[in-house]
Amino acid sequence: MAIQVVPAEALGASSTPGEGAGGGDDLGSGRGRALRSLLRNPLGLVGAGLLLVVVLVALLAPLIAPYPPTQVHFDTPFQRLGTKGFWLGTDDLGRDLMSRVFYGTRASLEVGVLSVALAVVVGVPLGLVSGWWRLLDTFVSRLTDLLLAFPFLILAVGLAAVRGPSLTNAALALGIAQVPTMIRVVRAETLRWRGADFVTSARAMDAGSGWILGRHILPNAASAVIVQATVIMPVAIIGEATLSFLGLGIRPPAPSLGIMLSDAQQYIFRAPAAAVIPGVTIAVICLGFNFFGDALRDALDPTTSSR
Amino acid sequence: MSARAEATGSTQAVTPVLEVRDLEVAYTTEGHERTVLHGISFSIAPGERLAVVGESGSGKSTTAAALLGLLPGSGRVTGGSITFKGEDITRPGRERLLRLRGREVGLVPQDPMSNLNPVLRVGRQISETLAAHGVATGKAATQRAVELMEEAGIPDAARRARQYPHEFSGGMRQRVLIAIGLACAPELLVADEPTSALDVTVQRQILDHLETLRAARSTSLMLITHDLGLAADRADTVVVMSAGEIVEAGPTEQILRRPQHPYTQRLVEAAPSVSSARARVSVRQGEAPAGVQASGERASDTLLEAVGLTKRYRLRGQRGQEVVAVDDVSFRVGRGRTTAVVGESGSGKTTLSQLVLGLVAPTAGEVRIEGEVVETARGARRRAIRRAMQPVFQDPYASLDPTYSIEHIVDEPLRVARIGDRASRRRRVAELLDQVALPGSLAQRRPNELSGGQRQRVAIARALALEPRLVVCDEAVSALDVLVQEQTLDLLADLQDRLGLTYLFITHDLAVVRQLADDVLVMQGGTVVEEGAVEQVYAEPRTAYTRDLLDAIPGAEFFAEQAR
Repeated sequence: MAIQVVPAEALGASSTPGEGAGGGDDLGSGRGRALRSLLRNPLGLVGAGLLLVVVLVALLAPLIAPYPPTQVHFDTPFQRLGTKGFWLGTDDLGRDLMSRVFYGTRASLEVGVLSVALAVVVGVPLGLVSGWWRLLDTFVSRLTDLLLAFPFLILAVGLAAVRGPSLTNAALALGIAQVPTMIRVVRAETLRWRGADFVTSARAMDAGSGWILGRHILPNAASAVIVQATVIMPVAIIGEATLSFLGLGIRPPAPSLGIMLSDAQQYIFRAPAAAVIPGVTIAVICLGFNFFGDALRDALDPTTSSR
Repeated sequence: MSARAEATGSTQAVTPVLEVRDLEVAYTTEGHERTVLHGISFSIAPGERLAVVGESGSGKSTTAAALLGLLPGSGRVTGGSITFKGEDITRPGRERLLRLRGREVGLVPQDPMSNLNPVLRVGRQISETLAAHGVATGKAATQRAVELMEEAGIPDAARRARQYPHEFSGGMRQRVLIAIGLACAPELLVADEPTSALDVTVQRQILDHLETLRAARSTSLMLITHDLGLAADRADTVVVMSAGEIVEAGPTEQILRRPQHPYTQRLVEAAPSVSSARARVSVRQGEAPAGVQASGERASDTLLEAVGLTKRYRLRGQRGQEVVAVDDVSFRVGRGRTTAVVGESGSGKTTLSQLVLGLVAPTAGEVRIEGEVVETARGARRRAIRRAMQPVFQDPYASLDPTYSIEHIVDEPLRVARIGDRASRRRRVAELLDQVALPGSLAQRRPNELSGGQRQRVAIARALALEPRLVVCDEAVSALDVLVQEQTLDLLADLQDRLGLTYLFITHDLAVVRQLADDVLVMQGGTVVEEGAVEQVYAEPRTAYTRDLLDAIPGAEFFAEQAR
């Protein structure tokens, strides 16, 4: 019974991690201060700015892309950067690179968000129960060790191979690959807070395990979960590019930054821009998440934010 | 030339080791300069022992940090001067500072747990100090380190010098820090709350030892403490600080016996060691101990009873090895009375409180509340028993969930127990905040916006929400400043009168016990070594251990004389 309560709580928090379990106004002024500290950090601002652009591009791709991403223009292949009508040039089939990058970014973020959601939805409850109940911990932790012993890409390749290449399957594979680290993080937070005096006093007022995990430990662990999510995100995005590059992710001709790279490599000397542009895009997305995540971690960490 | 020599000669006779004039220190936060020391002046003569007394935030540690050039963050000296043996060291250069620290001014820091490097052998940390100041190097330094440890009272020093800090107890680590502080034979030793993390008996041993070492070298001492009793025992001169200013300064006798400034008067009044010492003497002088008869009368009405309580913990990774935390402890707590459990760290008093609260299952024995066994109760009965007792913990920062509002914290027990609806819970919270004398406007604040004393009141309000009969206070006032401590103790006493509460008061502070408790249990090594009415135990301790504990209360003798 208690175990069933936890995922429900975890889900509530994971879909809107910034809000914690008790609604937006439950954010402590500690987190208000964290936000201000985040905004004072130049690297954090750069990261936030990059992310804003990336997210806007992904959301508005259908509106701002000049052509459908799969539309071929056989008469104009290998256009250069700055060509009128194809500002970023075209690939071997004359597809507009700008449109494909926009849609590719959208696909990347989709995979990223889906796999982070999966890692949170599965990892957070498992982390909570394994940090709280010793008996379950033995089981969950061994499972985590086992999963972590596999290089995550091999795991993802294996899963994609079994289930066949598609965006959903790539997200699933990458999400599962990230579950163990999320379990570890949440388990550590649970161990940290389970001995806190406010948890002990909740036990003394006869609160159940579900109550304590959902209303005390989860909100206090939320910061760590958010930070971990920003760490997982770029890993998943690169993972998607890698899988698609290998032909195990999104299926062509659907646009994906990984597929664009894979297509472009055959003509890399003839049209280097076709390879460089998706590569730079991946780098920019990941850099955005990394800068933002670093600043967020500093802002939420009381030992560094006191400055 | 001769005149000049004469002048220096004549001043030298009275040149203080340290002279601070109109010292001002400010911190800059987000562009705003905030002055924390407002022109303080004092001096320390050679061989003099000066105690700087004040509450947290009064600026006493800042003063010490300023004169060692150790101000943290944006802190800097903005005015006044610091003179060390006639030399201006207000803004010393890097070189000068390196020579000053450790060599000329030794420092014994506050926390023995974090002030030693955990990955270096202890002997190495002392010889490093010697080497850094060119006092001794190589083998000689190693040898000297062992000698210093011996002098600081560490037995088997040659072997222990090769051990790491984690192999030392808190008291032993503090001795190591003293050895480091005195390593280069400084002329002034700054001791910043050197023993506040230690048990009273250990505190006394260490301070006795420090005094012996200091007297032998006629080192001057600047002792920073919040404990007036400590100042009474260990200083010639007392400087009382409040809010970055010196409110009163003078010889210890004069300041503590005839305080002039209202703040000092309040501080002296509030010091638990003072009142307990006075009370102890008054009992000794033959006044009838009131509590003794009272305990006889009311013994029949027992609220809490522990029978043969035992808790053993199995050590991890060591097969079958067990630690007995609580060993066959039996006692009764009378309804409406306050029973204190005192003991030093490791005596099992906290485990005992957790056993009573039902947070830890006993290995043997049982706890009864109104005759009902806590351990075997199930369902609604168990919930009722649980709600009949509520805890208040030591650390006002850790006991409130930082993500909750005050209202949310106080009404949590009601929500857990599904009592009332939103509106009625809100009314109850207002009522509870009122009971602990907190303004209702705090309800929507977060714990981190409150002071330590306010937080502890919130914790008390939460404990009272379910209308418990027994409140278990585990070191509930130990982390608070002396004035706040007194207010909190007054509040607890007041609540007891109004609500008929029974307290089980776990503490290491024997001085506090005297203020609040009716009965006392003295614990040592998991067993109860002495129990009885407070007046009786304090006046005529039956065991040597209790006597040691009582004698170790700082200032006990000093204030006892005064009471006489």
